Amino acid sequence: MSEPVTLNRRRVLNLGIAGAGAAALTPALAAAQTPDPLIVEKQEWTQYLGEGVNAKPYGVPSKFEKEVVRREVEWLTASRQSSVSFTPLHALDGIITPNGLCFVRHHGGEAEIDPAKHRFMINGMVDKPLVFTMEDVKRMPGRVNRVYFLECAANSGMEWRGAQLNGCQFTHGMIHNVVYTGVPLKAFLNEAGVSPKGKWVLAEGADASAMTRSIPLEKAMDDCLVAWAMNGEALRPEQGYPLRLVVPGWEGNMWVKWLRRVEVGDQPWAQREETSKYTDLLADGRSRQHTFLMDAKSVVTNPSPQAPLKSKGPNVLSGVAWSGRGTIKRVDVSMDGGRNWRTARIEGPNFPRAMARFYVDFDWNGQELMLQSRAMDDSGYVQPTKDELRKYRGSNSIYHNNGIQTWLVRPDGSAENVEVS
Amino acid sequence: MSKSAKAIAIVALTALMPVPASAADKVGLGRVALPEEIKAWDIDVRPDGVGLPDGKGSVSDGEALFQTKCSSCHGEFGEGAGRWPVLAGGQGSLKSDRPEKTIGSFWPYTSTVYDYIHRAMPFGEAQSLSPDETYALTAYLMNLNDLVPSDFVLSKENFPKNLPNEKNFYDDDRETTEKAFWKKDPCMANCKERVEITNHARILDVTPDDQKDDKDQKPSAGVE
Repeated sequence: MSEPVTLNRRRVLNLGIAGAGAAALTPALAAAQTPDPLIVEKQEWTQYLGEGVNAKPYGVPSKFEKEVVRREVEWLTASRQSSVSFTPLHALDGIITPNGLCFVRHHGGEAEIDPAKHRFMINGMVDKPLVFTMEDVKRMPGRVNRVYFLECAANSGMEWRGAQLNGCQFTHGMIHNVVYTGVPLKAFLNEAGVSPKGKWVLAEGADASAMTRSIPLEKAMDDCLVAWAMNGEALRPEQGYPLRLVVPGWEGNMWVKWLRRVEVGDQPWAQREETSKYTDLLADGRSRQHTFLMDAKSVVTNPSPQAPLKSKGPNVLSGVAWSGRGTIKRVDVSMDGGRNWRTARIEGPNFPRAMARFYVDFDWNGQELMLQSRAMDDSGYVQPTKDELRKYRGSNSIYHNNGIQTWLVRPDGSAENVEVS
Repeated sequence: MSKSAKAIAIVALTALMPVPASAADKVGLGRVALPEEIKAWDIDVRPDGVGLPDGKGSVSDGEALFQTKCSSCHGEFGEGAGRWPVLAGGQGSLKSDRPEKTIGSFWPYTSTVYDYIHRAMPFGEAQSLSPDETYALTAYLMNLNDLVPSDFVLSKENFPKNLPNEKNFYDDDRETTEKAFWKKDPCMANCKERVEITNHARILDVTPDDQKDDKDQKPSAGVE
């Protein structure tokens, strides 16, 4: 993280949204002066035949949604192969992230693996080391479907030193939430027979970083899944096709993609991604390690810098909340920078360790707003402010920034990432 | 049919029906992994040295290799080029506003250096280095961080466990040190007297912009 740098040239944000902010606001109830040509004139799509049923054998979004894509922040990383893209949270609704919009983090590029050539090994402190083909994996009894969020530990990591990026896609977009199909990792470990001395497992990927993470055996035997499908179809290559690990509620880096091996051992392996990276440097120079769990967090996705308010009168505030500790119990929203709060409406399925969707229906008269959301989970944890977090951790942590986000909404409807006292 | 004949018939019928596997039973899927297969994939090295192969490498051999295979990204002396990781220096910087987290200043264990180089380096040509080459590169990086003299030869036999900063790592303690975040009744009304904006993202203005491309204008640190 850097100290703020003042650029010599400011520019108007334009994230592909026509007239983002500063647009003429529509009055609450507009009276039509002349008949709407879209109604009184015949439109071409009403008159002429459209494409046939299989013009696109694999369907894609409407061409009018072409701005709804993952985006990068190029200055963050040294190469495109070891980098991250961000989920466009401001353009999504409900709780499920579409497969093609799930953020991507690679450490050695996207491995493209023929499932017929993929092998999954269990070794180490087991009675019998085993090798499974993908066909074997899918024949394992005990298949489950589970909705979980996956959040990178570095999500909001650029914001430790202050507001930096304008858009929830960039401040909070290292997260996605899908339904996984797979089998508990426990089934494979039981098949190999874990030694009573086993305390940890090492999960390893087949990509060019051979990604490895140590995971306590207790977690591996609890709710970890070996998954081959997301949202009903095969994993996307960028999400670990043909096989990935699911580690519910814990930091995304542990959800090893292209999963090829799980080793059982009696102590952690201190791999690069659990020592040099994904440890939390505190103000006193010491570092927390094994900070696996993702604490409760939320963000208002609409309005936000990429999704300004366009009309006075009735509006819908929307956002997402999640907690690695369990189920979201309540989300409060403030419109005045945290002075006063009201409880939002959580709508739709609300699963443990999954994203919940919340709404506040409100009337906007054009006044300035300072929007915040505050998540609470069933462990009693309440999402802290950024200043509260800094009080305990300083500003050098990079990871696990779950502080409350503030969007300043101006009278013209445009929104900006700010911090407040 | 006699009683025993009936029992035999029932057993025979049951054997033909699919049997639901119970949790305690082995399913019988997969096959035993061969020692050669485990050896090919199980390349991890632990802080206690478990997993280190036979072999050795000197600081001077490591230096030559480093200049050929590593310095284009990491710099001749591990100082890092562009945004590629800095590998040496940074001692005493961890409490500062710009902590430099290198092998010498931050990493807890020597084994991680060996494991990661062997596993994932050089970037784009992973797992191409021999054990001797990996020992040599590890020795050179230790030397760059003033941990061993320039005539040092590293092997399994003299492989050091801890790096200087090891003592400053401790396990996650959020549930006790941050217990103030478990609040029974968070404030709902008049929670503070006044609210002032203390920081604007637009002051920094580093958000990606499709219309313009100010690649020369960027803050100095990124995500890891």
